[in-house]
Amino acid sequence: MFPETFHWRSPRIWLVLLLLAGLLLMPVASAALGTSFYLSFATRVVIYAIAATGLNLLLGYGGLVSMGHSLFVGLGAYVVGISSFHGLTNGWVQLAITMGLTTVVATLTGLVSLRTRGIGFIMITLAFGQMFYFLAVSLKQYGGDDGLQVEQRSVFEPLPSLDNKVALYYIALGVLVLLMYAVWRTVHGRLGYVLRGFHANERRMLAAGFPQLRYQIVAYVASALPCAVAGMLLANLTSFASPSYLSWQASGDLILIAVLGGMGTVIGPLIGSIVLLVLEETVSKMTEHWMIVLGPVILLVALLSSQGLWGALLQRTRARAPSGGDRS
Amino acid sequence: MLWSLFFSQLFNGVQLGMLLFLLASGLTLVFGIMNFVNLSHGSFYMLGAYFAAATLAYTGSFLVAGVVGIGGTMVLALAVERLALRRLYARDHLIQVLATLGLIMFFNEAVRMIWGSQPLFTAQPAWASGSISLGGLNYPTYRLLIIGAGIAVALGSYLLIHRTRIGMLVRASSTHPEVVAALGVNARQLNTLLFSVGAGLAALAGWLVGPIVSVQSGMGDTVLILALVVIVIGGIGSIRGAFFASLMVGLVDTFGRAYMPQLLRGFLERTVADAAGPALASMLIYLFMAVVLALKPGGLFPVKR
Amino acid sequence: MSALLSVNGLVKRFGGLTATDHFNLELPRGELHALIGPNGAGKTTVMSQLTGELRSDAGQIVFDGQVIGGWPAPRRALSGIARSYQITQLLKGFSVLENVMMMVQARLGHSFRMWKPVLREDALTRPAHEALARVGLADRAHDDVMALAHGEHRQLELAMALAMQPRLLLLDEPLAGMSQAESATMIELLQQLKRQYTILLVEHDMQAVFSLADRITVLVYGKPIACAAPDAIQSDPAVQRAYLGEA
Repeated sequence: MFPETFHWRSPRIWLVLLLLAGLLLMPVASAALGTSFYLSFATRVVIYAIAATGLNLLLGYGGLVSMGHSLFVGLGAYVVGISSFHGLTNGWVQLAITMGLTTVVATLTGLVSLRTRGIGFIMITLAFGQMFYFLAVSLKQYGGDDGLQVEQRSVFEPLPSLDNKVALYYIALGVLVLLMYAVWRTVHGRLGYVLRGFHANERRMLAAGFPQLRYQIVAYVASALPCAVAGMLLANLTSFASPSYLSWQASGDLILIAVLGGMGTVIGPLIGSIVLLVLEETVSKMTEHWMIVLGPVILLVALLSSQGLWGALLQRTRARAPSGGDRS
Repeated sequence: MLWSLFFSQLFNGVQLGMLLFLLASGLTLVFGIMNFVNLSHGSFYMLGAYFAAATLAYTGSFLVAGVVGIGGTMVLALAVERLALRRLYARDHLIQVLATLGLIMFFNEAVRMIWGSQPLFTAQPAWASGSISLGGLNYPTYRLLIIGAGIAVALGSYLLIHRTRIGMLVRASSTHPEVVAALGVNARQLNTLLFSVGAGLAALAGWLVGPIVSVQSGMGDTVLILALVVIVIGGIGSIRGAFFASLMVGLVDTFGRAYMPQLLRGFLERTVADAAGPALASMLIYLFMAVVLALKPGGLFPVKR
Repeated sequence: MSALLSVNGLVKRFGGLTATDHFNLELPRGELHALIGPNGAGKTTVMSQLTGELRSDAGQIVFDGQVIGGWPAPRRALSGIARSYQITQLLKGFSVLENVMMMVQARLGHSFRMWKPVLREDALTRPAHEALARVGLADRAHDDVMALAHGEHRQLELAMALAMQPRLLLLDEPLAGMSQAESATMIELLQQLKRQYTILLVEHDMQAVFSLADRITVLVYGKPIACAAPDAIQSDPAVQRAYLGEA
């Protein structure tokens, strides 16, 4: 699939702008409705979108199915939790620690995982995710199975306090927009092309002279970092760091979001996040057994489509416009 | 005294290994031959346990419970394969992961709706309860039964795969699926057979394990991950690999949990050792897997295509 | 002048089957050498061992004075060995131009640059356009690669190989599945390439082989049974037996 190109008159652009406008105005709407529930919900949607956008780089563009990316989300959350526990609340320092730790862990797990292919890769990333899950559960002094309360939120001078829900929301949104822009630039640049090339035809790329491991490791680490940032934001939103953030179910959620919205598209993960979380919310309001509805829904999504919602839309609008893959 | 602890842990490790083998053997065939990522394998384990436990409560016969547990699950597996999974064989692994994740969700919630969230109690059969004296060590008879079952299945599958025509087809399919198809063998039926046998083995494990673990929603999930580790270590598609890897994982995990805190107490402060012990023990098999894969990415007995 | 490519005693076994049975070749610079043989003779297997996609069980491969037998495929590609495939190996989801640009990109420094859009990099687009023009696909540059006809796919394979600026071109049945007209164009193109590149050509089209090749090696069941100029090959009784003796 081509990376999306910008056509200023395209109806897709209007949809995207509408979406962004809606997201920008969300706090206003929430205030008008008198409850902060929608704002918190929207913040969750944005945070999941951040993580899924990161994963999408590896999954959608690189074609590497990692079932263990929730490990990085948990990593970010626990850095915030443990730092706060010990009195370190400087957000920038927490961010530096998170970035550093994520790079190290991602590089090490990536080096081992990328020695396998296909099913093996899925399994080993899943297993690594589990490893860290059990590690989190075993941290008895940091809550263990029950999780860790975050007493004090991260402080990001000179940004406003994250205790302010609106501030947290806009910061998360800002991170998402910046991230999406960065992903967009990346997939149109050399690294993005190499990654997509290996997904399209590994044999050809090797025959061309590209060293595979080097580029895939970079992509692996690059996909892990946004997940860790999402974890930091999540811990600040919920004031909680829980081993469940690292569960394989959480990894599955991220994959589902990416697929639902459209892998290999920049805005797909955001769309997927909105759709999945709204769906979960509405179904769980109807019945406590919402999983029995969601399960078959996921199955249906898998059976019927592989392009996701945005991907399908792209396909249709591209089919109508004349071929013009050169305009960026 | 120390030796009896060692030997009982040894047997426990072998028993866990045999249970894992029951699960891993079906799983590795489905992954290796059909190239199908079936995460819902753990659900068949859970369904086997539930069906057997419910039947035992109703009829009081352990063996009837087994028949219903295994048979019922196989029928259900066949239905699921026919209706949904069959269309996924040709698809991306990613789509298979998603679809089977959806199934896990569905089954976990379904058993919760039918049997509630509380674990289901099921008892060991009278003829297998108690313990047997093995050279001074008293070991539970039931656990020996499980070990026996695992070995029986291992032998049976070895004979089946290496001495029968069907087995030959299975072996051929694992390395040269196109050739088998060209020979006019109905690949579809072979796949369905493999899938349901795999589900049956998982259900067998579920039936046997019922009396010694909690039969509850989601019990298949952690076991599934262990089975996945086993087949990755053993080599995807290799039953022999699954057998040895199951034993190894069973032993490493059991000994790890039993001795890790003591080991750590040797050079760490007691409280730290006691806290870190279980943590490291849980992580041990994943570390083991990482080491194996770092040295042999295809597993210990890679199936060469 | 020493040979560009020197192959000695190459052996490849698949279980009980010996696919390559002591293959030898001395390829001087600028020569177009054809590798022919009945179906199943193992020509593509030889190619794959030269590019590094298959590891040989025995034998030596020397390229431009260096022993490359242990080198992985990417390293050999960067040292100047390019291949076109019998079954087209294209990058699906990319345009024709992008397929060729990717080949150019492999040799042009690292690919960790993330900011500049690839399609705006002259260093990548210009050589790609040139390669496409060379094979006659200039007007298809912006089409989706899957929209091309089979013959155009074969042309693209060649363009991609050329874009790698190789010294040794390994062409695996470039004329496969082409119509008469398409073949004629391709043969003419190969004639033009002859002196510039050293070429190992695997082909079934005998007309093309005899009009292009400086020398020919005949491979039967993995074993080279003759290596000589086209005239000598045509009149070699062993070769005739190999081709006519087979069903």
